[in-house]
Amino acid sequence: MKFSLGAAQFFWPKQQVEDFYQQAKNSSADIIYIGETVCSKRRELRDKEWLALAKELAQELSKIGKQVVISTMTLLESPAELQVLKRLCNNGDLLVEANDLSAVQVMSELKLPFVVGTAINCYNLATLKVLLKQGMSRWVMPVELSGDWLKQLLDEAEDEGIRSQFEAEVFSWGYMPLAYSARCFTARSENKPKDDCQYCCINYPQGRRMNSREGERVFVLNGIQTMSGYQYNLINEVNEMKAIGVDVVRISPDSELALQKLEDFRAQLTNAKQYPLDGKAECNGYWHKIAGMSVQ
Amino acid sequence: MELLCPAGNYPALKIAIDNGADAVYIGMKNDTNARHFAGLNFNDAKLLKAADYVHKHNKKLHVAINTFAHPGAQLRWQKAVDDAVAIGCDALIIADIGVLDYAANKYPEVERHVSVQASTTNLAAIEFYQQNFDVARVVLPRVLSVQQVRQLAKNSPVALEVFAFGSLCIMSEGRCYLSSYMTGESPNTVGACSPAKYVRWQETDQGLESRLNNVLIDRYKEGENAGYPTLCKGRFEVDNNVYHALEEPTSLNTLELIPELAKMGIASVKIEGRQRSPAYVEQVSKTWRAALDRYQQNPDGYQVENEWMATLANLSEGTQTTLGAYHRKWQ
Repeated sequence: MKFSLGAAQFFWPKQQVEDFYQQAKNSSADIIYIGETVCSKRRELRDKEWLALAKELAQELSKIGKQVVISTMTLLESPAELQVLKRLCNNGDLLVEANDLSAVQVMSELKLPFVVGTAINCYNLATLKVLLKQGMSRWVMPVELSGDWLKQLLDEAEDEGIRSQFEAEVFSWGYMPLAYSARCFTARSENKPKDDCQYCCINYPQGRRMNSREGERVFVLNGIQTMSGYQYNLINEVNEMKAIGVDVVRISPDSELALQKLEDFRAQLTNAKQYPLDGKAECNGYWHKIAGMSVQ
Repeated sequence: MELLCPAGNYPALKIAIDNGADAVYIGMKNDTNARHFAGLNFNDAKLLKAADYVHKHNKKLHVAINTFAHPGAQLRWQKAVDDAVAIGCDALIIADIGVLDYAANKYPEVERHVSVQASTTNLAAIEFYQQNFDVARVVLPRVLSVQQVRQLAKNSPVALEVFAFGSLCIMSEGRCYLSSYMTGESPNTVGACSPAKYVRWQETDQGLESRLNNVLIDRYKEGENAGYPTLCKGRFEVDNNVYHALEEPTSLNTLELIPELAKMGIASVKIEGRQRSPAYVEQVSKTWRAALDRYQQNPDGYQVENEWMATLANLSEGTQTTLGAYHRKWQ
């Protein structure tokens, strides 16, 4: 089983991004996803710079059997955003993570393989088959689905004789991306219009907490994205994931501390421990087919 | 432009047709559609009656099959397609790629529309659906500005349908898991957002509280208008500031955009609300019919009547309406 670092979802200054990926390079991550997935206005790194950084990482990491993947935007609304997407897709050598069907379309036109990210609605075998035909080589399950759902679907793929055609990846740790809007909730929280947001997301390197009036951490605001208020944590399910055939376990970084998390997850394979989860900061409900924010 | 109205039951369907709908959309009595509520939707016998009534009046019937098929249960979604075709529906509204694939292969002659739940917001995504499933129409999510809709309409290889009135989803539809995060049930998996069975109202010393699966969504002072606790429309706290952090309780109303939508060649304006009463369907259908007819008769002189706005505001969440994402400033 491999362990991946999902694309950092928050808006960080360029230096912080570069520092983070320097550290990530030296971590044990087998796969590193990199790129802007949330908002096209975030231009601390432009698409060329993301590609340059990714290629620099890939140059070193591919020698030791590791993979770097370019992640793409989730909500694309304008021709300009599509142009950037096309440039990222047509990058010459790196695998691409599609987070919208537009990327699937572009990659299939280029006849290149791609990863289907969590924000693409692939819920069943018939959909997997369509995406495989388009060139999907890895599928990241939508965050709201359970371990049972996954098991059943992977079994169906096995029966159909297509299981070997793709890898299955599970978002296993971090703030989950739950929704995308035209509205920027971070700008709204600062009483700024989106068109004059002054890139205020950069002031919230781990997003902005949105609590209930009883102090419960309900969601995290991250620009146009709404994230889970609790961090998803499937550390106690690593071996179960392995047993049902999950190929890649994804850690979604909120800081460099996530790199240690990745090591803790990996250690579960050789020296399994039961970690108690903090019900006021962590959750694992989706995997267990209950409310996502719950702990079982 | 086609006026496409919702019907959660047979009386609503009749009323929609009688009050000027060009087409009506309905769902089946199971979890294959995104308004899977108790007491709503059409069983086999009612489906036939619905098709009969609509077609007798030379109008069109669209059937929404717009949730995502569960593993091991794909036959239920396929059967929904089979049943809709069997009663002679004029269009299938589908969200799931696998279900679209089934419909396109088995019934190539039956029109397929990409549901709003498929979250198609750009040209390349539209091309994906057109090239793979030869779809006739795409329903756009409520995340695009008027300028963006115009841009798409200019270049889209297929007809576009937009939401014109009703409850406002502020997230890109089909990609919002807020409801399952809080309750375990989402529009995609069970066909409901903020399901009623998780709602609890409670009078407390601090005021009337609404909760969803025990999470406090809102608390109302005396005299404040309390609305259904759709979780994105509650009041929350961000750094000690309590406000509607995502959106106020409000409904979308685009009467004033009719001329622009017509000029860009939008095929259909859709009214939200299969879960609403026949009385709602009557008022909204009648008002929108009047507005569309007025525009048709005199495009240059079109003006929104105050009376139309008042009627629609009364039927809206929080009795207020907005242009939502169509208006750049809302974003």
